[in-house]
Order: sequence, then C-alpha cells, then structure tokens
Amino acid sequence: MSMVDTDIKTEQRYTSLFSEKREVLDKQVSQTIASHRNKSIRLFEEQGIPTKKLESYKYTNMLPLFEENYGYDFEHKVFQQDLSQIFRCDIHDLDATTVYLINGWYYRQNQLPNLLPEGVLIGSLAEYSTSHPEIFEAHYNQYAKNDEDSLVALNTAFAQDGFFIYIPKGIVVEKPIQIVNIMHSEGDLMAFPRNLVILEENAQAKILMCEHTAADYKYLLSAVTEVFVDKNAVFDIYNIQNQHNLTTNVSSVFIKQKEHTSVLTHNLTLHTGVTRNNIHVHMDDEHCEAHVYGLFITDKNQHVDNFSFIDHAKPNCYSEELFKGVLDDASTAAFAGKILVRADAQKTNAFQRNDNLLLTDMAKMYTKPMLEIYADDVKCSHGATVGQLDKKAMFYLRSRGIGVEEARILLMYAFAYEAVEKIRVEAVREQIRNLVEAVFRGELNKCNSCVLCDNDAETGFSCR
Amino acid sequence: MTQDKDQILEEVTANEYKYGFSTDIETDTIPKGISEDVVRIISAKKNEPEWMLEYRLAAFAHWKTMEQPNWAKLKIAEIDFQDIIYYAAPKQRPKLDSMDDVDPELRATFEKLGIPLNEQKALAGVASVAVDVVMDSVSVATTFKETLAEKGIIFCSFSEAVQEHPDLVKKYMGSVVPYTDNFFAALNNAVFSDGSFAYIPKGVRCPIELSTYFRINAMNTGQFERTLIVAEEDSYVSYLEGCTAPQRDENQLHAAIVEIVAMQRAEVKYSTVQNWYPGDKNGKGGVYNFVTKRALCKGDYSKVMWTQVETGSAITWKYPSCILMGDHSEGKFYSVAVTNNHQQADTGTKMIHIGKNTRSLIVSKGVSAGKSQNSYRGLVRINKRAENARNYSQCDSLLMGDKCGAHTFPYLEINNSTAVVEHEATTSKIGEDQIFYCNTRGLSTEQAVGLIVNGYVKEVLNQLPMEFAVEAQKLLQISLEGSVG
Repeated sequence: MSMVDTDIKTEQRYTSLFSEKREVLDKQVSQTIASHRNKSIRLFEEQGIPTKKLESYKYTNMLPLFEENYGYDFEHKVFQQDLSQIFRCDIHDLDATTVYLINGWYYRQNQLPNLLPEGVLIGSLAEYSTSHPEIFEAHYNQYAKNDEDSLVALNTAFAQDGFFIYIPKGIVVEKPIQIVNIMHSEGDLMAFPRNLVILEENAQAKILMCEHTAADYKYLLSAVTEVFVDKNAVFDIYNIQNQHNLTTNVSSVFIKQKEHTSVLTHNLTLHTGVTRNNIHVHMDDEHCEAHVYGLFITDKNQHVDNFSFIDHAKPNCYSEELFKGVLDDASTAAFAGKILVRADAQKTNAFQRNDNLLLTDMAKMYTKPMLEIYADDVKCSHGATVGQLDKKAMFYLRSRGIGVEEARILLMYAFAYEAVEKIRVEAVREQIRNLVEAVFRGELNKCNSCVLCDNDAETGFSCR
Repeated sequence: MTQDKDQILEEVTANEYKYGFSTDIETDTIPKGISEDVVRIISAKKNEPEWMLEYRLAAFAHWKTMEQPNWAKLKIAEIDFQDIIYYAAPKQRPKLDSMDDVDPELRATFEKLGIPLNEQKALAGVASVAVDVVMDSVSVATTFKETLAEKGIIFCSFSEAVQEHPDLVKKYMGSVVPYTDNFFAALNNAVFSDGSFAYIPKGVRCPIELSTYFRINAMNTGQFERTLIVAEEDSYVSYLEGCTAPQRDENQLHAAIVEIVAMQRAEVKYSTVQNWYPGDKNGKGGVYNFVTKRALCKGDYSKVMWTQVETGSAITWKYPSCILMGDHSEGKFYSVAVTNNHQQADTGTKMIHIGKNTRSLIVSKGVSAGKSQNSYRGLVRINKRAENARNYSQCDSLLMGDKCGAHTFPYLEINNSTAVVEHEATTSKIGEDQIFYCNTRGLSTEQAVGLIVNGYVKEVLNQLPMEFAVEAQKLLQISLEGSVG
C-alpha cells in the first residue's frame, strides 16, 4: 500500500501512482488488460475527476472523495480466514452459487459446486484473461465508455481482477450466481474491481452482487461491470449495497444487448456513505427489452446518485425504468435518467419513473428525468414525483388503531414495495422484502451480515 | 398515403412567411460593432441621465468578462458581436403631437401587420387593447395613453419612463434580472434601446389589455428591448407581446429582457405570440431569439402567469421564470413551442419556491416537424423554508416526421419535505387510429391533423386573451398544417 501524498493535483496523484506501479499492475494479467491501460489513463487525465461542473455529475462532487489518502492493494493478498464462514448473508437460505471477492480481488479459496452446467465459467478475471484469451479479448473493454466518464477510465487503467462469468450458448443457469464483495482491510483502502459477464445465444443467468464492508476504515470502491448479452439471452443483475457510512461506492454497469434479449438491472442501496450508480444499457439490435430498476433508502448524511442511460439505437425495443427513494435525516439523493431514441429507432416504447419520499426537511432530492428523441413513431414518457407520506392513508391506519411508528413503517414499505416486486427471482424477492422491512424498522445492522464483530477480541475488527 | 403526406408537407414548408416584407423607411443607424463608445452613443442618442449611462457601462464591463453559454441543446453558428448594428431607429420628426403625425409609411407597415395605430379606428374595431409599438429598437407609438393615465396607469416606452419616471425605473430596473444574470442579459443591459414600461398603481385593475408589438426592420441590426412591468398591491394587468421580422438571409439577433414585479395580491398575466422570421426551409436566415424573462412574486398572494406561443425564430432560447417569494404566491407557465424546418428551440421555465404555501403549474406542449429540434428545459426548486410548496409539471411532445427531435430536460431540486412535486412528460406522434377516425368522418388527413394538434394545444391557447388566441390558432395552422408524421 502506498500513495504519494503532496499538494499536487488529485488527478496527478493517481497518474503518478499509475506510472510508478505500472509493472506490478501488469503482472498476472493478460496482454489484453494491459494494452488498454495507457489510453485509459490518458482519458482519465484529460477528463479529470468529475465535479459538479460536469452536467452528468451535477449533484455529486467526486473530487473530495478521491482526495482522501487511500491505500491500494496491488497484489492479490491471501486472506487466511474462510470468508464463507465469516460472512453470513443477509439473504438467508438463498439457494445460490456463491463466490466471494475480497477488496475487489477474486477470493481464491472459493468453492464452486460441481453442479454447474457444462461450459459455464465463473472465476477470476485475471485468471480467465490468460486462460481463455479468445473469449476475453472479444469483449473486454468493448462496452465501457472510458471517454465519457473519467472514473470508468481510471478503472480500466488500474484493472487487475474482479469476477468473470461466461455462459455458453443455450445454457440456462437456474440458480442465481451470488457474488459477495467484502471490503476488509487494516487501513483506508481503495479498489477498482473490474468484472465481465458474457452470455451467449439463448443463455440465461441471474447475478446477485452484494457489496459489503467489514472493517471500520474508509473505502473507495469504483467498479466497472461489462455485460454482453447475445441473441435471445435473458439476464438479470441485482446489486445490493449494504456498506458503512465511510464508503464511497461507484458502480458502473455497461450492458450491450443483441436481438430478442431481455435484461433486468436492479440497484438496491440499503446503506452507504456515498453511492453513485451508473447504468448504461445499449440496445444494439431490434426487439430488445430492458428493465432498469432501483430502490434507495438513505438516512444520516448518506448520498445516493443514480444515473441511467438507455440508448435505443434500433427500432422495436422496449425499456422500462423505475427508481424509488426514501430519504431520511440529512441524506441527499439524485436521479438522472436519460433515454435516447436515435433516428430511425421507430416503434420504441420507453417509460421512466422516479418517485421519492422526503421524510425530513433536511433531506434533499434532485431529480432530472430526460428524454432525447429523434424518431417520431415512438411512445416515450417519464414522470418524477417528490412528496411525503400520504396524510389520508396515515389517518386511515391510525383510526384503525395502528400506532404512528408502525403506520409510518407500513406506508414506507408500501411505497418501496413496487420496486421490490420488480425482482424476477422469487427467492431473492422474498428475501429483499424482509430486508427492506428490516431497514425501515431500523433493524438492519451491517454487523448482521458478518460475524467479525462477534470475534472482536480475536480479530481486532469492529464494524461501523 | 405516404405520397400524400409528403406532398402536403411540401406545401406547408413552402408556405411563405407572411410577415416577411420589409418597409422602405429612413432609419437612423450607428456604425456596426460594440464598444464603450457605442454604449455612450446609444445613451446620448436617448438623452439619458448619468445614472443610466453608468448602469449601461457597468453592464458592458461585466459582459466583456462573460462567455456565451453553450449548455442549451442548440447548434448556434458563431455570432460575431462586432458585426451587428446596435442601434437603429426609424427617422421621424422629433416630436409627435398626435397619432396622425406618425410617418405614413410606418403606419402602413403596422396596418399591414394588423396593428391599428389609429385610436379612432381601433375604437371602432376591436377596441380593447392599448399598444406600444417598437420598430427596430425604438418605440414608435403608444396608443390609449390618456385613457390609461386617468386610472393612474403608466404605460409608455422605456426611454420615456427613464425621462419621466426615473424613480420608478431606478427602483425596479435590474431588481429581477440583474445585469450579471447571464451573457445575453448583460449585453441587453449595455445596449438596450427601448421597450415598454407599465406601472399599475395600488388597487387598480387595468381595464384594457396592454400590448407591445415588436418589429425588426433594418438590416444587420440586433434588437435589444426591455420590458418592465410593476404591479402594485391589489392590482391586475394583462399584457400581450407580439413580434415579427422581415425575411432576410442573414441571422438577426434579438436579446430582450422582461421583468415583472408583483406586489401583494397583484396579478399579472403575460402572453407572448412569438413569430419572428424562422428562416427559410433550408435553415437560412432567421432570428436568434435569446430572451431573459423573469417575474418576481414579491408580495404575499401575488400571481404571475406566463403564456407563450412560440412559432417563429431560427433559434429560441427562452425561459420565462417565476420567483415565488411571497407566501401563498402562485406562478403559472403555459407554453406551446412549434418548430419546423431547421428551427431549434430550447425553452421552458424556472419556478423557484421561496415563500410558504407557494404553488406553481407548468404546462408545456412541444410540436416538432421537419428537421427541427425542440427541447423543454425546466427547473423546479423548492427552497428549504418553502413549506407546503406544490408543483405540477406536464410536458408533452408531439413529433411529426422522422427527422426531427423532441427532448425534455426537467430539473427538480427539492429541499423541503412538505413539498409535493410532480413531473410528467410524454412523447408521441399523432395516432394513426385518430387520423383514421377523422378520415372516416369525412375529414381530410390535413384537416384531421389540424384538429388534433388544436386539441393538443388547447389547454395553453385557452389561457390567451381572445384576440391573441385567434391569432395564435392561425399561426399554428400555418406552421403545422399537414406535417403528418
């Protein structure tokens, strides 16, 4: 762990760290990963770390968050304890194939079940980049927009590991694949995990990404996930964020869709410090369907910024967006949704909605639903609302003998329910329902998800 | 069918801009370009007091430090600010004793535009509008002045107000749109030539509609006028604005400012039918319309309503806004923006809620045809202390043709939990089923489209005063007939 600390420009700290550690970065990864670095670091330098001056980051200033002095793991560290023993998932009894990432590095002791369908690859990005170069090269860094977001470029420049999933033609993976990333260190730490998911024709898979923090340090996590969905494939990605208040989490997901595909993304932010979710869906062929959902529940000084960009590049596609937010205390949140319907993308149906509940006067909500339409035979709409709990509904519940607190929880739960119900995997949906209710009841403690705290004396770790 | 549509579309795009004539009238102009001297010359020509000149110079100094904004979704050819004439006025005898003294050529121009300068005639006709006419940069005539004066209403050209009511001008000018506000506002403050001034005293309900008619005539000139409306406690006024320009090959710049101040329980309605020359069907020429319009609802229970019908201009950059400062104040914005051929429009509103129990309503209807780009851009901000604020926005876009674009960029910034803010937007084209239905009832496709569009914008047109609504409806027909997508 090292970081140059002087008064020089923040960007420069990252670029000099890059040049200094260039050799270490290239160790253990394929030529492909290494070959994208130079261009990306240049793009990062040119664009600079996003501040509020940038339209797409109008409500989130990333600069101060990147000014912190974080350590960085340049090499894969062997983690002695068994993660599957330490980590107790909030989603109990979920029948899933679970793999772990520690600080963005693929955890080598992961035990994969023997029951995975033939040909399915789940594992470390670094490893597969060298062992399966033909699949890897065709997709790596093809969908991420390094030139539009400097943080994506920074990730590409520093990318070393993350998860890699490959579902071959015609294979349906029934069980959800759960990827748990745990931030766990002995000091402030930043990580740039890089993930790649490839679904070939007629393949189907569901991914559940769980982001956790398990130590009381500051974390900066900037992940990029690229997804390629080939013809007739069906893909779901659920991103469940449950991190402590000192975390900065930037998650950028880039999805490329081919003909007749159906994609669902769902970002559930239950607890965080600062979270920025970028969701880019590129419909590159006709008859694509995209469902982009999000639910965020914030309190204290938390900040959540959801940014989505749906690119209707071809005709006859359908997209549906729903983002719901509940803001308590002095938390702030932003939503920006952009739907672009390119010329000739006729018969496009695109719908977008963002509803928010403000529970206190300290909470702030900024919403910016945008439509950019260049084709005429389309049906597009967006809607955004900001309000508070319905007084009449409250009165109704109270008149039935339900206490204020309970009524509030019920109503908030009812509000969030619509977003939760969008989850396509029954088991996950059921679990998330309980989790959301627990959040509203104030019962969800991040410490619930790990047993580190219990072993305080033993490990010396505690959770915030 | 497709062929029919194309044909109809062609006919429409070939439709002549009917106000495109120019008047052969002697004009008093100054050399091209802008500098401190030019600002001084304009001020001197208007015989302005020292404070006014100082204000202009301060604005000019500030303008020099600013850059032309480029955040709007507009493609603007570079504007050479040194290639514009900043002052042009129709030459006439220095003082007019009555309307009959107005240059006959000038009068003929306005007769042609349907604006009667002759009060007698006006009285015999539609009667209920007092008009201030601004040609190029100068107010040439104001009608019904005496009638209004009886009620204590001041309605005159801006230069006249500077001379005769300096206290009022000093007090309110720049109080809503300061010269530091934006690039074009700063420019306007430095070189503005004339405009209208209206002052409605306490408790007075203005009996007739006040109206300003703007006309650009001279070549290569920019028009920089400003309007200031002050409505004292418990007063009411309805204000109309209309504009046209001759057909010219080069782009003309129009950068105006409108300021409205509404005191306690005052109500101001401001309606615009903007029909500047939009350029020809290849996008050549046309007016660049960069306007800053803002209303300050200063007193409690004050109300301001903006209604605009935007059919002209090559480029429109305009956001009539309301600052809802008084408790229980109310702001409304109704807009129809129609773009055809190569026109570009980036228009919308800002509603800034500061006072308690403030309400705002936004209804925006965009219609794009041809190769035009039409954007709605709006901001609703609820400040921390603005308890119980309410906003509802609705932005609909109608697309006619597959080469045009319709965009929506709403910004909602909510800092108070008691606020209820809703935004809705839809984009669609005219349904084939709707047209089919009309066809089966014996209406031609062209008529059907006219009917449907009319229904689509009705909500906005209903807000316009009668005379204007008729004019607006006609304008829409010219702009849209048959542009079936």
